[in-house]
Amino acid sequence: MAEPASDPADSARDGDPEVPDIDLPSDAFDAVLDALAGRDPGEPLRFEGFSVGRDDAGEDSDDGDAAGEYRLDPADGDRRTGLSERDLHEALDDRAPTVTDWYAFERVVGEFGPRRAFLRWLEDADGATVATRYAALAEGIERAWGELRITATITDRGERRYDVRHADDAGVPVDDLDAYDDPLDARELVKLDEKGRYRPLKTAPSLAGGWVFPDLGARDAYELVETIYPATVANWHREREGELDVTHWRETMERQSGIYGVVKTWDRGEGHEHVNWVAEACCDDSQCLKRREWQYDDETDLDVDGGDGVFPCREPCSVVVSAARKWTRLESEQPRTYEFDLTPSEKEQVEAIIDAVADGQIDEIREADTKEGANRYRTRFLRAKLFDEDGNLGGVPTESDEEDEE
Amino acid sequence: MQSLVIVAHGSHLNPGSSAPTYDHADTIRATGAFDEVKTGFWKEEPHFREVLRTVEGDEIYVVPLFISEGYFTEQVIPRELRLDGWDVSEWDSDGLSADQASLVAEDIDREIHYCGPVGTHRAMTDVIVRRAESVTGDPDVGEEFGLAVVGHGTERNENSAKAIEYHADRIAERDRFDEVRALYMDEDPEVDDLPEYFESDDVVLVPLFIADGYHTQEDIPEDVGLCEDHTEGYDVPTEVDGTRIWYAGAVGTEPLMADVLLERAADAGADLGTALDDVRETTRVATGD
Repeated sequence: MAEPASDPADSARDGDPEVPDIDLPSDAFDAVLDALAGRDPGEPLRFEGFSVGRDDAGEDSDDGDAAGEYRLDPADGDRRTGLSERDLHEALDDRAPTVTDWYAFERVVGEFGPRRAFLRWLEDADGATVATRYAALAEGIERAWGELRITATITDRGERRYDVRHADDAGVPVDDLDAYDDPLDARELVKLDEKGRYRPLKTAPSLAGGWVFPDLGARDAYELVETIYPATVANWHREREGELDVTHWRETMERQSGIYGVVKTWDRGEGHEHVNWVAEACCDDSQCLKRREWQYDDETDLDVDGGDGVFPCREPCSVVVSAARKWTRLESEQPRTYEFDLTPSEKEQVEAIIDAVADGQIDEIREADTKEGANRYRTRFLRAKLFDEDGNLGGVPTESDEEDEE
Repeated sequence: MQSLVIVAHGSHLNPGSSAPTYDHADTIRATGAFDEVKTGFWKEEPHFREVLRTVEGDEIYVVPLFISEGYFTEQVIPRELRLDGWDVSEWDSDGLSADQASLVAEDIDREIHYCGPVGTHRAMTDVIVRRAESVTGDPDVGEEFGLAVVGHGTERNENSAKAIEYHADRIAERDRFDEVRALYMDEDPEVDDLPEYFESDDVVLVPLFIADGYHTQEDIPEDVGLCEDHTEGYDVPTEVDGTRIWYAGAVGTEPLMADVLLERAADAGADLGTALDDVRETTRVATGD
């Protein structure tokens, strides 16, 4: 078999990965013939480094049907005309990586913008040459998407295959994981975290591992990613195209109705500190892998970090809106002064308990580790000491009858 | 390229809320009638706001997996899908007759066919009957049986009661069950007093809800007296005050619901081939013979 377009001997000498041998599959070749059949002779089909077209010169030949109807124009060589179908097959088989690359994206992946852009991004198809990419695919190209590890490889027919799994399972043998092949099966995998708790937000960094889709085709790989992290590819694609439609906090809350209509009353024209707190509470990378692009409004950025995620967040999500509804009610209360007596350690313990809950660390604090303020025994001791029989901290009622009487 | 988008409520709290949506989407996918079947949610992802941008097709049918016409189908979904120029008069509905409206969704700058909810479609009547067949395991259930169709009352939405009455009346006209009644959770006739409204010894209770959750798994079983506390569970049937109640759980979980989604799309012009017949056949209750 002929060598691929670039000289693998050179690559090997440089220590670069080799371009794999690719056999031109008949479906790819048929797709080329099919594409040419619908074209005028003056409209060649362009590939990286060459083009093929229908050969109008064939009609001038005196040899009748001996002259073929195809021609091939290498970018850096002599044009070949009068190629028969068999000649063309031979010429394209010599260039099988380039032809199968065309087939993979033009016929298998198709035109749909997000899918095409994502699958090209996985292998840097808009930057690297076919030879470079095929060599890299032969080794396996790894990409991260949220908590996913996606590994793209290539078969000897130039077909892409994808292994998708949790990043924590990188390097684990497929046989040690639960293997799936239908992307829709992922709907069950994303439902619960590893402790069996429901995940209301699919981009929360709580995806459980232990599974693998070891051998997906291109379309299924895209479907899987969009099942695990819905609409993230679509929004990432819009952002790359410079068309991400960001809806800021104010606009989002103005739109709400029904039980959520109340949230707009939380914005009182007195600054946006409350929205900073919301974003810090809900949108931090520790809580959501999307990169927050929405701000308070068109002119006012929030003061907290939006995160480093690869895919953007274009407006406050339903989880944020629901929580904001609760906070709108809670924050309408006026502060009042309560008096408690706490030892310095007790004050620090209250802070430690809040930190442990806010950072989701209560399960990590060991049962007998009484050095930790949020340890269960320490916390039960605090409750036993400071709560009265009605559960009031320091014996101080939340609503004071005496205050009302004053 | 023809696409179906099923839009449903979903939940931040209940992991089972999306299950019927996914199940019906799978049933429809298996028919091959659509090039793609997508799901979008109010409380889950993809959200209504972003589901259309995941859709590839150019003939897009959006069907709400909701029981009644009202706040969600008339305000929330059209607003969140960004249907340009939407006005509820597009449906020209009396609360039961919403069919479809073809409008441009600004999010994708393509026309979509926005359909009425499944719950008010005439085919929904068959799903309620099928639900009764499923829970009794009897494809011919009816004789010596009563049927209670149960839903919210008018407290939140007057159309909610309309849908329940509509289907109860249609089933009654078929003379299949000895008695058919519409009962409500928050108004008379109340589901709490179910045995008082039926003479039959056996009554199938079908709640007109899309997904099993708080109302169908906690509220109704406790109110009807199937159990003291929902955590104890209950038998099907359970005898309450001399009436054997066959509690069916949410009608929306019945596989035949996929048929109603298809009917909605077909009414809006979707080309379905043999899908309707296929779904009616594959979701049938086995006779057990």
